[in-house]
Amino acid sequence: MTAAAVEARDLTRRFGNFTAVDAISLSVARGEVFGFLGANGAGKTTAIRMLTGLLAPTSGEASVAGFDVYTETESIKCSIGYMSQKFSLYEDLTVRENVRLYGGIYGLSDAEIRERTQALLARLGLERSADDLVRGLPLGWKQKLAFAVALNHKPGVVFLDEPTGGVDPITRRQFWEMIYEAAAGGTTVFITTHYMDEAEYCDRVSIMVAGKIAAMGTPDELKDEFAARSMDDVFFQLARPEESAR
Amino acid sequence: MNPEAPTPDAAVVVDRVSKRFDETLALDQLSFSVDYGEIFGLLGPDGAGKSTLFHILTTLRVADEGNARVLGLDVVHDLWDLRSRIGYMPGRFSLYPDLSIAENLAFFASVFGTTVAEQAELIAPIYNQIEPFSSRRAGALSGGMKQKLALCCALVHRPDILFLDEPTTGVDAVSRREFWDLLDDLRARGLTIVVSTPYMDEAHRCDRVALLQNGRILDLDAPDRIGSRYPLPIFAISRGSRYRLLLVLREYPHNHSVYPFGDELHYTDSRAGADPTDIANQIREYLTGKGFDGPEVRPITAGIEDSFMELMGAPVGEGESS
Repeated sequence: MTAAAVEARDLTRRFGNFTAVDAISLSVARGEVFGFLGANGAGKTTAIRMLTGLLAPTSGEASVAGFDVYTETESIKCSIGYMSQKFSLYEDLTVRENVRLYGGIYGLSDAEIRERTQALLARLGLERSADDLVRGLPLGWKQKLAFAVALNHKPGVVFLDEPTGGVDPITRRQFWEMIYEAAAGGTTVFITTHYMDEAEYCDRVSIMVAGKIAAMGTPDELKDEFAARSMDDVFFQLARPEESAR
Repeated sequence: MNPEAPTPDAAVVVDRVSKRFDETLALDQLSFSVDYGEIFGLLGPDGAGKSTLFHILTTLRVADEGNARVLGLDVVHDLWDLRSRIGYMPGRFSLYPDLSIAENLAFFASVFGTTVAEQAELIAPIYNQIEPFSSRRAGALSGGMKQKLALCCALVHRPDILFLDEPTTGVDAVSRREFWDLLDDLRARGLTIVVSTPYMDEAHRCDRVALLQNGRILDLDAPDRIGSRYPLPIFAISRGSRYRLLLVLREYPHNHSVYPFGDELHYTDSRAGADPTDIANQIREYLTGKGFDGPEVRPITAGIEDSFMELMGAPVGEGESS
């Protein structure tokens, strides 16, 4: 058994005769910020669905927070946090109600929920908006709140699927500071993004191309390997052959 | 911020346009103009007012106050003349998911009383890229292909001006780059293009950009010129743990702002007019004193994203926490 927070070996998922995820292997350490990059349709979402216990793999092995993705999916769901750009909070519930709802879903006691809600709102500076509907919050605030909610049950691993799309540049950076803080506290962060400057903020990144992990390493290692000035260039070199073949 | 005096014979003239939705002032006395043949970028985050502005310019919504003209036509009074001359790609994918690529295109052509065959030459460079999949349902396409199909549909009636609302949002970095190459080609063929994006790094693909935040224009100019107006000395700083570097720089007495930027930090110093080389030396000394080994501190020219952050100041809600 390994101490890695996320571990996959030859993880594969086929839909009919289409191989969406093709024998990917990776190992993400506790407290690491891991960028999971790839072009649209490269297989990122399918891989994340397997790692979060929502979709059974066709073959290969994987564990998340020490739990097996075939047999312990319920334990995985309790041990992780998840947020995405598309779905994070209930718009017609208030800020406080969302925090309470998710606390309850993740099995926190009423006392824990009360105590953590106060701390969470104070940390975000949202006390005055606690009883406002989430719908009325600016997108950047929603996303910061969603992240805090995803961490409220103190999961070992948090999956962030394009959390910063459309967010203004200052809030985007505040969001990344929250990520650094969480990672410094031992939470493993598994994140996808289309902002290539954000790829540079990760400890390590992998780049998926057509279902396979085509490259993996620290941003500096990848830039060296591809003789590229930026992660944008690395990404372009890798994704381009597949894109032009379409 | 002075509203730019609109040029009367420009491709787009927006004159003190305001639009309110309940409590929210989506557009606040907006004025600007777009020249014929340019790619004009509207840069701003979600909620800046970009889509509302597109709705008004494409005759789908009426402003509360102010006037707007597109191709010399009034967006309210001349809407029927205008509609056939503009191409519009809405922010949400709005083609028919159950129709194939070819069927969607034929449908949009027929709505404007033309055929795909008649317009083949204009759309060919884009359509060729998706033609191999022409029988595939639009709903089953990848992000980059959906975007190309939507652009074909917006072009199929040969408009004089294109309005593209966040065509690259949620699209990967490679497809985004290719999409901008297509826009370059269209501009070369004489089209005027107004395009919005939340990606600041796309600003350099535009001739001019307006930085939009909370329904107001923060600045408007060629991308390089906006950066050159940055009011304070700015530096790129790297070496060592980025997060620790950030926290330490934030405590520096002359810190105005410090933000992560790719593999560096961008640090802005509050000493306007001071010699950047002197400041750089002092920061190096400060960082060395804090245990950083040989920090790299380099004066730089501000980019669009630096300018945007400086101009927008604290985001909404920030003031409430203190």
